[in-house]
Amino acid sequence: MWIIKRDLLLAIRRQSDVLTTLFFFVIVVSLFPLSVGPEMNMLRAMAPGVVWVAALLASMLSLNRMFSNDYIDGTLEQMLLSPQSLSLLVLGKAFAHWLVTGIPLVIMAPILGIQYDLPAEALLVLTITLLLGTPVLSLIGAIGAALTLGLRGGSVLVSLLVLPLYIPVLIFGAGAVEANMAGIGFDAHLSLLGAFLLASLALAPWATASSLRVSLE
Amino acid sequence: MTINWFKYSSPASFYSLAGKMIPIFTIAAVVSLVAGLYVGFFVAPTDFQQGEAYRIIFIHVPAAWMSMFLYVVMAFWAGIGLAFNTRLSSMFATAIAPTGAMFTFIALWTGALWGKPMWGTWWVWDARLTSELILLFLYIGFMSLQAAIDDPRRADKAGAIIALVGVVNIPIIYFSVQWWNTLHQGASVSINQAPSMASTMLLGMMIMVFSSWMYSIAIILKRTRVIIIERESHTAWVAELQKKEFIR
Repeated sequence: MWIIKRDLLLAIRRQSDVLTTLFFFVIVVSLFPLSVGPEMNMLRAMAPGVVWVAALLASMLSLNRMFSNDYIDGTLEQMLLSPQSLSLLVLGKAFAHWLVTGIPLVIMAPILGIQYDLPAEALLVLTITLLLGTPVLSLIGAIGAALTLGLRGGSVLVSLLVLPLYIPVLIFGAGAVEANMAGIGFDAHLSLLGAFLLASLALAPWATASSLRVSLE
Repeated sequence: MTINWFKYSSPASFYSLAGKMIPIFTIAAVVSLVAGLYVGFFVAPTDFQQGEAYRIIFIHVPAAWMSMFLYVVMAFWAGIGLAFNTRLSSMFATAIAPTGAMFTFIALWTGALWGKPMWGTWWVWDARLTSELILLFLYIGFMSLQAAIDDPRRADKAGAIIALVGVVNIPIIYFSVQWWNTLHQGASVSINQAPSMASTMLLGMMIMVFSSWMYSIAIILKRTRVIIIERESHTAWVAELQKKEFIR
């Protein structure tokens, strides 16, 4: 798909955007030990939740970029006029957003997990859940980004709209790691995350496409 | 005799219909509120386990029911407005949101008041409490999105999309929270004890439920009327209405 390539190219040309998101993630995760104390047992228990919440916030912060530049320079209107299905275009853009923001988070997470003294197996589970969960964040976030296009205070609004919808992903993403550390199986969590991924793959691009049509009317 | 229902989907005719209906629902709401509170506070017996504190259910339970029900109704009308491009349905959805949010807040607040003497804490991360809180977030998201958009038609449609997305998500969120709660086995208290209520208690609660229905309908109709006047202020019939009011 040309749109993935195009968005990736744009992201490579403006690397600072990608790095800002990643460093935001790292800084938020590092703030927690400073605020609650360096006790290793407590940090180990908190780690999955902290990493997941930080991932949620980081992926949310970069949502605005998904459509706003194209909206300002008029590219988005051309995309709406193109004969190609808008849902597919949106899917491509969400995928590019995930490659640019989600993948770096997934790669970075194990390193942050080590800082929190997570056991090796939990690190693996954390990475897998983030791999399954972050695309869902991009897909759901696309709806919010499309709805708030060109509004004043758009970025704060996005968080109000999108964060409640992220809750299931957060619960099962962090839950899988905790279950693994408690010695319980985490297959069910992974299956549910996979189900969220499939459901949002099927529904979110469609909802985003209609939101874009509403916003650009 | 057949009634042409579509006649009332025009804001102008709905405006006058709503004007006639509001007093009926208001009176019903006030009468049943007085009756319900009387039964609740004076007739219903004291609970032998919970003492007098249980009486908060007469407000808490209707509010919690309405909060969930109104979200579905709101999403329904918003969806109709989106699908058929009818102005009135969207206005109706917009009018429902504040009432729904208010009931959600009341349910949370009274729940906290009840929790303090019963559980010894204002708040537990129980599945129901948590999902009610998330419901409040969804209402707030809907309202702030609509408030941020200046063009009313865009606000209607954008609100409709977020309301529908919310409706799809509510069951998912609810079950996630429930499973999350059982995983954490945190809350030692739960509201799941089967209530074998005295019939007067049930009666009082039902009257209160009826009262909140009537109140909701009355206030939503009233708010819809205000929205209609605001949005249709450029039309001839509103101008005429204003002239009439002015002469009177």
